[in-house]
Amino acid sequence: MNTNINKLEYIFSKDCDDNQVLAKALSFSNDEVIEELIKSGLRGRGGAGFPAGLKWKFTATQPGDEKYIICNADEGEPGTFKDREILTQVPKKVLNGMALCAYGTGIKKGYIYLRGEYKYLVSHLQKNIDEFHEEIKKYGIDFNIDIFLGSGAYVCGEETALIESMEGKRGEPRNKPPYPNTVGYLGKPTIVNNVETFASTMIVFRLGAENYKKLGTQDQHGSKLFSISGDSPKEGVHEIELGMSVEDFVREFGDGDTKAVQVGGVSGFCIPRKGFKNAIIGEGNPTGGSTMIFNSSRSMYNVLHNFLDFFAEESCGQCTPCRVGCQQLLKGIEAVKSGEKPKEYLDQLIKLSKTMQITSKCGLGQSVTNSFTSIVENFREEMIY
Amino acid sequence: MTNNNITLTIDGTTVTVEKGTSVLDAAKKVDIKIPTLCHHEDLCVAGNCRVCVVEEIGKKTLTASCATPATEGMNILTSSPKVRRARKDVMALLVSEHNTQCTTCYRNRNCELQTLASEYNVDNNIYLSVLKDSTIDKSSWSIEKDDSKCIRCQRCVRTCAEIQHVNALSVTEKGRDMRVSTFMHFPLNEIVCTNCGQCIIHCPTGALTERRYYDDIWEAIDNPEKHVVINTAPSVRVALGEMLGYEPGKIVTGKMVTALKKIGFDSVLDTDFTADLTIMEEGSELLDRLKRALVDKEQVALPMITSCSPGWVKFIEHMYPEHLEHLSSCKSPQQMFGAVVKTYYAEKKGIDPKNIVCVAGMPCAAKKYEANRPEMRDSGYQDVDAGLTTREIGHMIKQSGLKFEDLEDGEFDSHMGVSTGAGVIFGATGGVMEAALRTAYFIITGRPVPFKNLNILPVRGLESIKEATVKLENCLPEYKFLEGVELKVAIAHGLTNARVIMDQIVDGKSPYHFIEIMACPGGCIGGGGQPIPTTDEVRKKRMDAIYEEDMGKPIRMSHENPNIAQIYKEFLEKPLGEKSHHLLHTKYRKRKRY
Repeated sequence: MNTNINKLEYIFSKDCDDNQVLAKALSFSNDEVIEELIKSGLRGRGGAGFPAGLKWKFTATQPGDEKYIICNADEGEPGTFKDREILTQVPKKVLNGMALCAYGTGIKKGYIYLRGEYKYLVSHLQKNIDEFHEEIKKYGIDFNIDIFLGSGAYVCGEETALIESMEGKRGEPRNKPPYPNTVGYLGKPTIVNNVETFASTMIVFRLGAENYKKLGTQDQHGSKLFSISGDSPKEGVHEIELGMSVEDFVREFGDGDTKAVQVGGVSGFCIPRKGFKNAIIGEGNPTGGSTMIFNSSRSMYNVLHNFLDFFAEESCGQCTPCRVGCQQLLKGIEAVKSGEKPKEYLDQLIKLSKTMQITSKCGLGQSVTNSFTSIVENFREEMIY
Repeated sequence: MTNNNITLTIDGTTVTVEKGTSVLDAAKKVDIKIPTLCHHEDLCVAGNCRVCVVEEIGKKTLTASCATPATEGMNILTSSPKVRRARKDVMALLVSEHNTQCTTCYRNRNCELQTLASEYNVDNNIYLSVLKDSTIDKSSWSIEKDDSKCIRCQRCVRTCAEIQHVNALSVTEKGRDMRVSTFMHFPLNEIVCTNCGQCIIHCPTGALTERRYYDDIWEAIDNPEKHVVINTAPSVRVALGEMLGYEPGKIVTGKMVTALKKIGFDSVLDTDFTADLTIMEEGSELLDRLKRALVDKEQVALPMITSCSPGWVKFIEHMYPEHLEHLSSCKSPQQMFGAVVKTYYAEKKGIDPKNIVCVAGMPCAAKKYEANRPEMRDSGYQDVDAGLTTREIGHMIKQSGLKFEDLEDGEFDSHMGVSTGAGVIFGATGGVMEAALRTAYFIITGRPVPFKNLNILPVRGLESIKEATVKLENCLPEYKFLEGVELKVAIAHGLTNARVIMDQIVDGKSPYHFIEIMACPGGCIGGGGQPIPTTDEVRKKRMDAIYEEDMGKPIRMSHENPNIAQIYKEFLEKPLGEKSHHLLHTKYRKRKRY
């Protein structure tokens, strides 16, 4: 599948031998690898943005030998397609990142949890994994990777639901704590990182933690892949240094008539024109990298309706606020639009979305309020008339 | 402070708990009640209803107190404005998804959602209704499933998986369509379900209920041509009170008998009588098997396992169809009752059995199914016409307008109304075993079982699997082949425990001669037809009442029951005789595992 990729800087760079980077990283001691990663400030690229090095460290220090590394390739956030590109173009970068994790933490078993819809990538990936297994032998790393194919639920991108699914159970998020770093796959300490996170660790070691940290802002370091879709002449995957304002982003990628940008996928925020100037992509919004651009021809009611319909369908359904809340928000905006409910009902729904944020079991239900509130507040008249 | 203790603050009160204690339980310790719905002390933590959320100072999101272990220094608010608003909102969401026709619901005034919605004064009209279209599954003889009342707490799913290891119910679909369903959405009568009804007593609402038959019974009572007989199981009399305003553990035998007579039952009899009869038949069967194994050196299936619990019987038919020969061929007391009511009793009373309606008052949902098993027609009619749960009997008494607490104590009718303490203890796990040992030991040795006051304590209590060994010494001449034998017995309750026992048998490693298995935790006192709630605390109280009733009985061994001697003399002739075989014993069938 061809995607329009404009910038090939680090992640997709072909002029860099990833094996050399790995060899360089392996000259560090196990602990130093983790320390270097912590120093780099790399945060998870899946959406939640947890510091990757800390996650490795917490898991490495857990007692026991049986631990697991899982690469989360269940790329399901609407508007995200960067992981697919990474796995298609530079799978070795991901595998080497996992090997580095294995080296740093002493873990011997890894899995790639591949989104069911990416089944066509299996043979390509398996070929690379087979080669990879041969290559790491020479480094003396005892590490082995298997592919696990998901079955198509959005919520399985949530790490504990992913683990449940791998264990052959219904893909539903677990109660946390305990977190996977203590009780993960098969009850053992487990590191779950996004595809791009593993790939990014190779950039950290290519550039060195110091240099990597210089990229980006005070909070967000390094470069990041953005999946750009919607009303953009340049839709596709772009690697961008973190810290770009939405204004610059719209100038670069918009079609000249951008009305709103949805940053961070459906779980993220909708930034209206008046907010372009002050909003920084990746700060205060999820780091997944989905950016959807809407121009003035779009009905934000339809956009929100579409999002809510997605949530109402993709909630796992186990917890009340998410299962029922998503349905209420969807039915609620329909009722306001049709006049069945007064426009003030939107305020009730915003309150409801805040309840969902503080009472839902996992990130899915907790983040619905992001898009809901930002769209309803900024485009209220579109919701009513 | 040791390493195993954790100190936290809840609503300003400091509390120290053991490591691993949930915030919910820590709050309970200082008498702070946090509302719950998906939580049930019998089951694993789910944390999915989100009603028990509390505020943890320093955290942005609220914490599900049932699913969160207390940590050192935690500062919890259980009723802050933020918590109360959120909790009420979550309840409003549940109500918006719920069929709120409470006035016509069987669980009206005994519904956890209704109670909370009322306590929090939840406004039914805040949100739009998102109630889904569904039809009530009435296909089973025992259980009705009404999805419109389901709050998706999954207590039934966890019950069926954890307590019973049957997995008849599971979660299906996701998002707005998520619901509890069966294998391939088959109706309840077509799936592997033991009808035990544990799902019912763990359901917080009216989504799962027993199939009710009391309207049919009222009709029969009102029909002058019908002679309506009810027999009540031992565990009903120690639980019925809970339906009528008494605390758990209250024995209401006398008032119950009076109430049933006033309601219009033509005869009120005691299932304990056929419990005694079961002991005679089953004890003889055990001795026969032992003799054939030890003396005749025949291949006989040992251990022998009790067959009183219809949930257990259907379980073994589904799950271990290759091992049915271990089951005693004895019918359950309910079915023995039906078979003798429509033969012996009819003859004695001079009533045409076709005009007899035999009703069983049971702690059980599976008894309804059992009554309708096609083979249970040895009297020439359907032996038992209907099984009523303790709950249904409670409802009938309420419907009758009787002031239960003011009723005089009544006596069971004679002829199959006399019973022993041995029959009474059938209601608790271990009771059948204890009753059997009391009689078997006496028959074998001519002496009472060597336990103080006949109380065989090792077989009592709520421990998951109990074992006991009774050494047989100085046997009567007829039973010399048992001299010196150490009779090994085991008791399991709850089908997950039954599986442990059965797997031993499958592996050829079962060390026992005789095993009692009851489908429900605690035995019949914790049955699927008992008042709700049923928790371990309640089970213990009902159990204590059972043993209290036993101690109060003048006769405490089945073979001493004069009615039993009489029925053998006048009708059945002898245990395992031809007539017994025809009326009191049955066959089992192999069923599919899925």
